[in-house]
Amino acid sequence: MRAIEVRNLSYRYPGQSDYALLDLNLNVDEGEIVLLTGPSGCGKSSLIRCINGLIPQMYGGQYEGEVRVLGLNPAVTPTRVMSKHVGTVFQNPDNQLFALSVEGDVAFSLENLGLQRDDIEKRVREALERVGISELRKRSTFELSGGQKQKVAIASILALSPKILLLDEPTSSLDPLSARSLIETLVELRRRDELTVMIAEHKTELLAPIADKMVVMDNGTVIDEGHPREVIERAIRFNYAINVPKVSQLSALLSEYLNSSIYLEVRDLVDALSEIGCSD
Amino acid sequence: MIEFTDVHFSYHGTIRALDGVTFTIGEGEIVSLMGENGAGKTTIIRHANGLLKPQRGRVVVDGTDTKNATVAELSRKVGVIFQSPDNMFFLQTVYDEVAFALRKFGYTPKEVEERVSEVLRFFGLERYRDRSPFTLSGGEKKRLSIAIVAAWNPKYLLIDEPTVGQDVTYRRLLVQLLNEFANEGKTIVISTHDVEFVADLRPRVILVSRGRVIADGSARDVLTDEELLKRASLVMPQVPQLLRSIPKSGVNFKLLGVEEGAREIVRLFSRG
Ligand SMILES: Nc1ncnc2c1ncn2[C@@H]1O[C@H](COP(=O)(O)OP(=O)(O)OP(=O)(O)O)[C@@H](O)[C@H]1O
Ligand SMILES: Nc1ncnc2c1ncn2[C@@H]1O[C@H](COP(=O)(O)OP(=O)(O)OP(=O)(O)O)[C@@H](O)[C@H]1O
Ligand SMILES: [Mg+2]
Ligand SMILES: [Mg+2]
Repeated sequence: MRAIEVRNLSYRYPGQSDYALLDLNLNVDEGEIVLLTGPSGCGKSSLIRCINGLIPQMYGGQYEGEVRVLGLNPAVTPTRVMSKHVGTVFQNPDNQLFALSVEGDVAFSLENLGLQRDDIEKRVREALERVGISELRKRSTFELSGGQKQKVAIASILALSPKILLLDEPTSSLDPLSARSLIETLVELRRRDELTVMIAEHKTELLAPIADKMVVMDNGTVIDEGHPREVIERAIRFNYAINVPKVSQLSALLSEYLNSSIYLEVRDLVDALSEIGCSD
Repeated sequence: MIEFTDVHFSYHGTIRALDGVTFTIGEGEIVSLMGENGAGKTTIIRHANGLLKPQRGRVVVDGTDTKNATVAELSRKVGVIFQSPDNMFFLQTVYDEVAFALRKFGYTPKEVEERVSEVLRFFGLERYRDRSPFTLSGGEKKRLSIAIVAAWNPKYLLIDEPTVGQDVTYRRLLVQLLNEFANEGKTIVISTHDVEFVADLRPRVILVSRGRVIADGSARDVLTDEELLKRASLVMPQVPQLLRSIPKSGVNFKLLGVEEGAREIVRLFSRG
């Protein structure tokens, strides 16, 4: 089934003559992991706001086109209803933390859902464990390091077990091992719960290997989409202004040895090289 | 010079953040602080501009012991860009945010106009000069926060997580900018988790873990040392990771660049 459907979406923020989104079309199936990338200012966060309904409900502005999320129209569906299905981790974690204790912050939105006390406690405990911050449970969220705050923001959304997860640069302050572990969590939840994930990221080397689909935006619209390997190939060929994983750049430089194949993962390039004789 | 000597610091006296940090950073150096979430990197930066004072030990910047100076006194010389740019903005327009400090530091109106235009152009923000800084995209906000500080040309520039929200174009621009600054004799300190950016920038790396310095060396040496990286929750950049995994003897894997990595592989092939 379709999780997200965007048809001819155009949007201008209040008082702006420039379009933040322009005639954008996109389909995401249930259970897909989609990597959304593109130059800074191309409209990734704006698209995410259209999917969770913050645009136009909170932002106002000029909105044209149609968005459907699990059949609901986020432009008119009350946020309270949308947030039962769609969880968003925002680019700046400060915007979604309330300066309570870490566990209080994670429990906050669960309490709003009207869940039972012991169910809440269990979910909070599991979410904190998943992102590896159980020991920070009693600390105040505003007195954490940048990466620790980002982990609280992620935990508080995971605790809600949404059907669709929107993540806006969720690894920007995470150390590389924590970033890896987040990616593993996403892959596991997708397998276990058919979670649908849309993740805006500049670090393509992290996500391209596990994404089902990669979408490249520029100037408010989708300029390319497809399997990450194909999109990365075109990104190299046509010089898109996006980060290309170093393994893929290396494959391109070695194309005469590799039959022009482009690899996304270190492991795969190592295998390809050993196969053509680069081994003892 | 920035000199940390056996610096200890705990928040509220209970949350230990720095546990005896010692290093010296000279003029014209580029240093990257790296290490796990909560390691103490931001706390180090807060000490360098006098926002926090060591509870034990000493911090001396440009000959001044930070115990004897306020943040305002140090700010002309020591420019700091913090992790979350939102906390830095307080004016109506992008233009005013950049102009504010320049006016305070006594630039003439003509100099202010020229300097602001120059940095906004450099960071690709000139079309936003009349917009509120709060309406920028995440990456644009980060660039504005760097532009504000770069505008007044401080002798010491400290940037917490410079690559957040930046695409490939601005990452290259940042490498160029930091190198130009260093060539002018300025001292640059960044804190980052972005191992691929560090592989491109090739700074000196100070590895911090649990409030202590656990390694201090070239990017090439530190970022290819698997044991050290693991202790600080980092991963090896892709090029050395690949070279090291090639099942062949005599591979030089201490190479960070894509081109040099490719040359090494071609050499392996030609060797047979
Ligand atoms: N509240 C707002 N009011 C007016 N313009 C805005 C607002 N938020 C974003 N914009 C503009 O809309 C465009 C798209 O911004 P958006 O935040 O969606 O980009 P992005 O792709 O998420 O960028 P980044 O990678 O830097 O986070 C940019 O030109 C930005 O300046
Ligand atoms: N304002 C504060 N009040 C209390 N404790 C704090 C405060 N800021 C940071 N800490 C704590 O001090 C320790 C060091 O934090 P710091 O922010 O220096 O880490 P960091 O290396 O910058 O981490 P990150 O990579 O996540 O940004 C952590 O345990 C953190 O929780
Ligand atoms: Mg964004
Ligand atoms: Mg920090």
